Parts: sequence; structure tokens; C-alpha cells
Amino acid sequence: MVAQNFGHALFCAMITLIISFPILGFNLEAQGINVTLTGAKTTTIIGVVLASIIVFGFQLFRDAIMGALGTLPRFNPLAGREPMEPSRRVKLESRIITVLVVLFLFWPFMVSRGSVDLATLVLIYIMLALGLNVVVGLAGLLDLGYEAFYAVGAYTFALLSRYFDISFWLALPIGALLAALFGLVLGFPVLRLRGDYLAIVTLGFGEIIRILLNNWTNVTGGPNGIGGIPDPTLFGMEFGRRVKEEGNTSFHETFGIAYSGEHKVIFLYLIALVLAVITAMVIRRLMRMPVGRAWEALREDEIAARSLGLSRTAVKLSAFTIGAFFAGFAGTVFASKQGFISPESFVFLESAIILAIVVLGGMGSQLGVILAAIAVTILPELAREFSEYRMLIFGAAMVLMMVWRPQGLLPMRRIHIKLNRLE
Amino acid sequence: MLEVQNLSMRFGGLLAVDQVSLDVQEHEIVSIIGPNGAGKTTVFNCLSGFYRPTGGKILFEDKEIQGKPDYRISRLGLVRTFQHVRLFNQMTVVENLLVAQHRHLNTNLIAGLLKTPDYRDRERKSLDRAAYWLDRVGLLDLANREAGNLAYGQQRRLEIARCMVTEPKLLMLDEPAAGLNPAETRDLNQLIISLKEDYNVSVVLIEHDMSLVMDISDRINVISQGRPLASGTPEEVRQNEDVIKAYLGEA
Amino acid sequence: MQDLLYFSQQLINGLTIGSAYALIAIGYTMVYGIIGMINFAHGEIYMIGAYTALIAITGLATLGIAWLPAVLIVALICAMIVSSAMGWAVERTAYRPVRGRHRLIPLISAIGMSIFLQNYVHLAQGSRNIGFPALVEGGLQFGSGEGFQMSLSYMQITIFITTVICMTALSLFISRSRIGRACRAVSQDLGMANLLGIDTNRIISATFVIGAALAAVAGLLLGMYYGSVDPLFGFIAGLKAFTAAVLGGIGSIPGAMLGGLILGVAESLTSGYLSGEYKDVVSFGLLILILLFKPTGLLGKPEVEKI
Repeated sequence: MVAQNFGHALFCAMITLIISFPILGFNLEAQGINVTLTGAKTTTIIGVVLASIIVFGFQLFRDAIMGALGTLPRFNPLAGREPMEPSRRVKLESRIITVLVVLFLFWPFMVSRGSVDLATLVLIYIMLALGLNVVVGLAGLLDLGYEAFYAVGAYTFALLSRYFDISFWLALPIGALLAALFGLVLGFPVLRLRGDYLAIVTLGFGEIIRILLNNWTNVTGGPNGIGGIPDPTLFGMEFGRRVKEEGNTSFHETFGIAYSGEHKVIFLYLIALVLAVITAMVIRRLMRMPVGRAWEALREDEIAARSLGLSRTAVKLSAFTIGAFFAGFAGTVFASKQGFISPESFVFLESAIILAIVVLGGMGSQLGVILAAIAVTILPELAREFSEYRMLIFGAAMVLMMVWRPQGLLPMRRIHIKLNRLE
Repeated sequence: MLEVQNLSMRFGGLLAVDQVSLDVQEHEIVSIIGPNGAGKTTVFNCLSGFYRPTGGKILFEDKEIQGKPDYRISRLGLVRTFQHVRLFNQMTVVENLLVAQHRHLNTNLIAGLLKTPDYRDRERKSLDRAAYWLDRVGLLDLANREAGNLAYGQQRRLEIARCMVTEPKLLMLDEPAAGLNPAETRDLNQLIISLKEDYNVSVVLIEHDMSLVMDISDRINVISQGRPLASGTPEEVRQNEDVIKAYLGEA
Repeated sequence: MQDLLYFSQQLINGLTIGSAYALIAIGYTMVYGIIGMINFAHGEIYMIGAYTALIAITGLATLGIAWLPAVLIVALICAMIVSSAMGWAVERTAYRPVRGRHRLIPLISAIGMSIFLQNYVHLAQGSRNIGFPALVEGGLQFGSGEGFQMSLSYMQITIFITTVICMTALSLFISRSRIGRACRAVSQDLGMANLLGIDTNRIISATFVIGAALAAVAGLLLGMYYGSVDPLFGFIAGLKAFTAAVLGGIGSIPGAMLGGLILGVAESLTSGYLSGEYKDVVSFGLLILILLFKPTGLLGKPEVEKI
């Protein structure tokens, strides 16, 4: 067996060497217009050689290793356990979500300002991922241009506040509805395309919107973006040190407390929390409604669904539009949090990160997606020295998930409708 | 109620259906038979709107429907099953029947989010109708099972029940007896007759099982190589020379 | 006369870029023709080809070798070897294990691979763009002394000739060689080819390797033509080439060539008459329009939905 594998193992090791050595082993350095080549550090070279040896060893003893791996689950204490009763599982899930929400509620009062800011970002990603989860996980439509709707929400608020002086609270529904409208208009012609074509077309839409934002300089400010986006107010109370708008009061004066920059950050965080909870609840409800079942039916067997009178376009469009709506929501919050936006924040990579969250969490699973959003946003901050490897790891994780566990870390369990009147 | 005139369907160079005509009256069971590859399923696909026929007319209740999108035809009351059962396998049996009743999604989006009384009422009615039909096809005990886990014969019956909850006027069954044992075929036989008698549904049937076809059909159309070969009552078709040569003789 | 010269200039520029797109598009179209998936990481393989070529060229310059044909051929061979190995490895690790699963799964895997490769090069070589030496310099000038002068650079001629050679070689390979015949058989009916004793896994690997090798050629050519590379170099070019493949009819090799040329010309006319900023908008818009109105492309075969 080992002898049979020898040739193949040698070949694989060679390939490993070929694909890693030239790229990793030499560094191109630009000095003015001249480019010079230097050898990489010895450790890198050793790493490349080591990797080839490991590949060689793995391929040589492949059968034995895979066999050993196959027996591993026996040591897993959870492996032999009966799958949990669906109703209990649902209860457990909602309990975990409740605990999470409570934890989120107290979080800002326990930690530093930077952590609150990060947590707001986590909540924004949770909203985005929950929205994309409707499109990808529930309706089975791969949308690679999701950041476009996020951008629509953010730019709507930025432009409205700049040109019409419209406040956060008014811009929030407008931004979300406008994003939904974009989803409707862009989705209408393309949703009859087959899955992979749809993915590419949405990617194209995302790029087009970004290019337009970049080049429509006199309105959007082009690559320079738009700054001075106002903070949200609480019943007319502003969170700045001084009141900017007439008729408003300031938060710290009203309550007779000392001014603190943290109030604003915490307030924004709480808004994001409320919106994220609303998003999760609305989507949870939708999943149990006829429209949610229609998404699922169309994903499972489009032809059968059509034969029963479900309009493919209407069903897909509803998912696409609802997804876009929540992206618009998240975009408005994002614009308010940053105070400044530019097309830079809405590149394809952003869509890819959100997609990675959905895929890692388990397509269709709300709890999975929420946990994945937390992990994906916070882990790179905790391990800063690895942060440059973030996207590398995301990419690898997406491939590995598809190969080994396409249903995600916490796969979706359907909430079944039960017929309780069984005699 | 259904009238097909000179229906043709061409795929590139292949003429799969050539000038087929047939009609179905109310309260009638009409069968389409023919050797494998005769174009029976293609006729169905044209009738149900999955294919846009390249020639001919299809009239349903005196309105032309050829080339209309499939879901519209289904909503007119012309509903079909498939040769290879197509259920929503990961959904439960009862959910399969609920999905079939979800034609007007957009109107109740807000109502559903707010759980208005009207919405609850409608949901309850859908469940009732689903329960009724499950009982009717003998699957009520299995209502909360995943559809993909049912036995083959049960899946066939569920598919028919799923059509029936949409309250069709004309039901098109594509080889409903394929893969069933004799007892199951007899039950199916009863069921189809009952659909006609008790629910006033007309049926178009594609079937290979001759005993089933001869027992329950009011009229039979024979197609061979895409062309109509004969039509008439079971008795007439049984004695038709061409049919015996082309079809029965071959079997 | 001036206008005609200007137009011809845009046409030449367009055909130059277009023939390079066609080289990349072959990879998309062959893979799609055989296993029906979009190889999303193909643009990155092209980018890696360009980097490898640049590393080889710089390395040779450091060694003091400057004889142009030798430099070009060595760079080309290095790029083709590394890209092909990469294509093979990508198929083996990210696509083969998910082959035959639901359509979206291989696609997500491919997107993950694309992100991985982009960052692999980013980490190894930095994110800044690096100048690519213009080895083939000079060209022919047309037009009078004053006013617009049309130029046809030797670089452009090199791109045309190389593309023609590659395409001819590919056509001969597909129609004459055993592997080529097997490729055609597998793309007709994978299951049947398997039953007939064709090692379909090997054929699929071969498809990836051929596509990657051609992408590497394009990487070297376009690297020299644009004068710089960066890790995102492959992303847009990959999308463009995919558009070209769809435009010509995905699965069809002559279609990929035709699609590449049309797309290149459309882009360069947009740059020449409107603004360079909008050339990407035009090509994505073109992609969307074709998919909507003629998803089979110009030379593709119609697909019949099976029920």
C-alpha cells in the first residue's frame, strides 16, 4: 500500500514545493522604478520544505492516517448521544439567545470605550449576517453583491443628512426602504438566473454600485467619501458637548451629569442592539410564516414549487428584498457610528466576510450565524498579531467548511409546524 | 374544459410532439398511453407550462394558456404530479401541504408579522384542509414525519394530496402507479375515482399499468413517436389494430 | 482621417486586451464545460502566473542574463509550471471533494479559495503594486506628424502572436490528442465517459492544468503590458474573462475567443470615447445583459431544463 502511494506522494510533495517556493521563497522589492529580488528568511524556506515533507508523509501513509481519523469520533463524548428532541433544542436555542441579549445589554457598562465600539461593530455584522442568511441560507440564493445594499443604507443617511439635514431616526427607515427598493429593482430581472450565474451577476451589481459611488464625485464625494454624519439623538437630546442644532438640548445637561464621550458610544451601541434584536425576531417570525416555507420549498425543489402555483420570481424577490432591507438598516447604523463613509468600506471583501460568517455559522441557523459573527469580528482583535492572516484564514475556513461540514458549525434545525390534533 | 389542438414541441432537430390533439370534459378521466419515449411527459410539460410549445393551442376553460408561466397555469386550477415524485423532502408531511396553499404571500407579510386575527384564521384553515386531505389519503398518522422518510407508495399519495389542497379543477397525474404494488395500485384506483366522483375533479392520466388505465378511464388517447395514434373508449382502443401493433403487441 | 485613426487605435488596444482575456476565459469555459462549475479562483491563478513571471524575470536580471528571448521563454515556462501546479492543487483540495454536491457548495469553496490565494500572495509579496519591466519596447507609428498618431507597439504584436499560437495549439490538442478527445467525451457525458473506462478524474485535472497554463501566459503578457502587478490583479481580470466566456457561450472554446475580443473592444471604446472609469461598468453591464437575454451566449448550446 505504502509502496503504491510512493509515486503519488512524491508528486504531491513536488507540487507543494512548486506552488510555495517561488512565491514564498523570493521577495520582490520595489525601489523606485527598479525591482529587486531578495531571498526570504531562512525560517520561511525551512517552512516550505517542511510543508512539502508533511504533504509527502501524509500522502504516503494516507490510508493509515484516514483510517485513524475515522476512529477518532469514538473518543468524542458527544458522538454517541441521541440527537436532541427538536422542541427541546428550539427551547435551548432561544434560551442561549436570551442569555446573549442580556449579556449584550450589560456589556457596555463593564468595559472600555474601545470594547463598546467593537461590540457595536459586532452587532452591525450580526444584522448583516442575519439579513444575508435569509437570502443565502433560507432562500438558497447566493448573493455576492450584498455590500451594495449596505452601501445604499449608509449613503442614504450620509446624503440625506448632508443635503436635507435629516436626522438618524428618519433616515433609518428611509435607508432600509431604499435598500429594499434597490433589492427589488436589481433583483427583479436577475432572479430567474440559475444559482451560479446569479452569484456572478450580483457580484457585478455590487462592483457597479461601488464604481458609481467612486466616480459620482460631486454628489458622493467620490473616493474622499462623506464626513460629518450626525450622531443619533434621544428625544431631541444630543450627545455632543455642545448642542449643534437649535431646539435640541444636550443629554448631559438634561440629566445634570458630567459630559462624557462614552454616553454617545453607549447610546449608539444600545440602538444597534435593539435593531439587531428586532432583526432577529422579525426574521424568526418570517421563517415560520408562509413566505418562509415558500423560500424553503423553492430552495428544495423549484420545479415542484412552481407546479403548485408559487411564483419563482415573487418568492425569490421577497427574500432578496428583505435581505436588502436589513443591510440598509445596518448601513445606516454603520454610517452613524463611523461619522464618515467612503466607497472603501463597501468592497467585495466585505460581502465575502459576511458570506463567511453565514457559511461558518451554518446556513439558515440564526444562533449559528450570531455566534459566528461574534467570533469572526472579535477573534482578530484578540489575537492582533494574527490579524493580517485574518482573510487567509477565512478563505481556508470557507473551503474546509464546504469540504467537511457544509451545513456549518451549528447547522440549521428546522422549526417544524406540527399538526397537534392527532386522534 | 381542456382542449388541446395540434400541439407540437420541437427540441432543436427533434420533433418530440407532433400535432397532438385531445380534449377533456368535465367529470371525466382521460388517459394518455404510448410506448416509452412517445412524448407523453412532454405533452404534460407543455400543458403545465414548463415548456413553451412550438405549435398548436391549449385551451383551458375556453382561454388560451399555451406559453403562460407554470405557476399561473397552476393557479387556474390545472395541477400536476411528476413521474419521479417531487416532494419537499426535508419538510414534514403537513408542511408539504401547507406550502401548496401559499399562493398569495405578499398580501399577508405584514399581517403575518403582526399575527392579526385574520392571518391566524387563514393559517388555521390551511392546517384544517391539510389535515382533511391527509386523512383522506391515509397519511394523517404520519403528518409530522419528514416527507423524505416516507415509503414510496406513501410519497405518491402525499403528492396527490398536495395537489388536492390547491383545489384544482383538473388534475394531471404522470404515472401515478409506477413502483406501486398491486394492493397499492388498487387503492390508487379507488382514490382517483373518488376524486372524480366526490370532488368533481377531472383527471388526465399518463400510465403504463394497463389494468389501471382500462378500469378507470372514460377515454384513452394513444400516442406513438410523438404522433397521435388512436383515441376512444377503453373498449375501442383495446380493439384498435394500430394500437395492438404499436403498443400492446410490443409489451 | 483623424477620427478614423483614433478609432483604429481604440480597436487595436481593445483587441490586445481582448486576446489576453480570451486566454484567461479558456480556463473558465473548459472547466465549466466539463464539471459545470465556475472556477472562481481562476483569476488568482492568472495573478500568480504574473507574479511568478516577474520573479523569474527579476531573478534572471540579477544573474545578469539579459538576452530577451531567453528571458521571456524562461519566465513563461516558470509561470506556466507554477500556475499549472496551482491549478492542479486547487482542483484537488478545494473542488474534487465537493464535486457533485449542491451547486452552491463548490462555488462557495471556490470563493474561499480565491480569497485564500489572494491573501497568500499578499502576505508573501506585500499588498503594494510592483513595477513590471517593459521588456518589449518600441513600436510602429502611423499618421502624419501633427495631430493624432496611431501606434502599434511591439508588445501588442507580441500579445497577438502569442495568443494565436496558444489558441492554435489548444485547438490542435483538443481535436487531435488522446487527452483532448477524452476531454470532449467527458464534457458530453461525464458518467458515460466514466463507464467507458476514461479516467475522468485525470481528465478534469488536465482541464484545470491547461486552463491554468494559458492563464499564466496571459499573466506574463498583461503584466508586461500594464507594467505592474498586485495581489488584486487577478480579481477584476478574472471577472472580465468570465464575462468573455459567458458572452461567447460558456463551454465553447471558440466562444471564449470571440467573447474575449468583443469584450476587449467594448471596453477600450468606452475608455476612448467616454471615460476609463466606466469601462468596468460597461463590461459588468454587458455580462448582466447577456445573462438576461441570451444566457447561452453567442456560440453556446441551449440547455433544456429536465423535469
